[in-house]
Amino acid sequence: MEPVKPLDSRQVANIGKSVVIKGELSGSEDLYLDGEVEGNIELNGNSLTVGPNGRVRAHVNAREVVVNGHLDGDISATERVELRKSAVLVGDIRTQRIMIEEGASFKGSIDVQREGKTEPKRGTAAYEPAGAAVSQK
Amino acid sequence: MSTVADNFLKMFRGGTGGNGSHRDAQHRAQRHSTALNEFMRAIAHEESLCILDLGPTSANNIALLTDRGFQVYTEDLLTSAADPELMIKDELGNTTIDIDRFLKENLAFRGQKFDAVLLWDVADYLPEVLVKPVIERICSVMKPKGILLSFFHTRDAGPEAPYCRYHIAGQDSLELQLVPKVETNGATEERHYRLQRVFNNRHIENLFREFASLKFFLARDNLREVLVVR
Repeated sequence: MEPVKPLDSRQVANIGKSVVIKGELSGSEDLYLDGEVEGNIELNGNSLTVGPNGRVRAHVNAREVVVNGHLDGDISATERVELRKSAVLVGDIRTQRIMIEEGASFKGSIDVQREGKTEPKRGTAAYEPAGAAVSQK
Repeated sequence: MSTVADNFLKMFRGGTGGNGSHRDAQHRAQRHSTALNEFMRAIAHEESLCILDLGPTSANNIALLTDRGFQVYTEDLLTSAADPELMIKDELGNTTIDIDRFLKENLAFRGQKFDAVLLWDVADYLPEVLVKPVIERICSVMKPKGILLSFFHTRDAGPEAPYCRYHIAGQDSLELQLVPKVETNGATEERHYRLQRVFNNRHIENLFREFASLKFFLARDNLREVLVVR
């Protein structure tokens, strides 16, 4: 597996794969997380990268979230979410942009909120088939 | 008359050693779908629908549906059903699936109701004990007049009919992709789902008896397409 780098080389806090944290995690810099975290992660305006060894059981609030490992929790990202091919995510995603690599596993809902998008009105698909029928191509 | 299985078996026969399966997993077979066309027409003029995809995760489908402003919920039902932790012993000592636990951990949407469901051919591959409970649960989480798209293999498909990921490629077209190898605990595990049963029309009608109506489409590749209205 090719090495996974954090989103860029600016200030990045690093949690190595042997580290286990239980509780609230917050910060004002980007975070690369390759260990185990249980709780909540608040990185408003910053990015979170979950490394391939990362095991996260937490709700996440950040600007950008990139997942290479396991994340069990909801993600709210103001800009984008990226699930790489080794990602396993269980939880709901709320973001502006989403990118999912082939091979990523995801269970949950995705709500893409484009900038400037107004609160949508909910409709119901109305389909009225003409009774049970066999139609051949 | 070519079948979906034929298309993928050609890839297996022609594959080279180690890369064969990897290449097979990358290859996508094209398929026209009349039922998909009707499904897409039904959702075309609606806003902000809530759609549930129960096949293997498809980034393609997620992108296509979210681009249209829909909220998408995705859950790979068959992978969940294969979880070894669901296995229990029944009164006779036989290994079976803990249905209650399965329904507690899957298809549990905290009150969320769906306008449309993509079931694909998952029902053909589900363990027998899960088929009826899963359909009942889907019925309970669909809004009235919601639509469900499902495929069922005919008898001619054969027991080796491959389990595929369905990507929506257009208004009436799909791309089928073999479910790729899965790494488990550092070892590479090739997952092959086997066709569990063949439903006939009567079975399908019975399966969806709590729904309002069904429409069948029979395609050339021995896949019966069904559009169901809640």
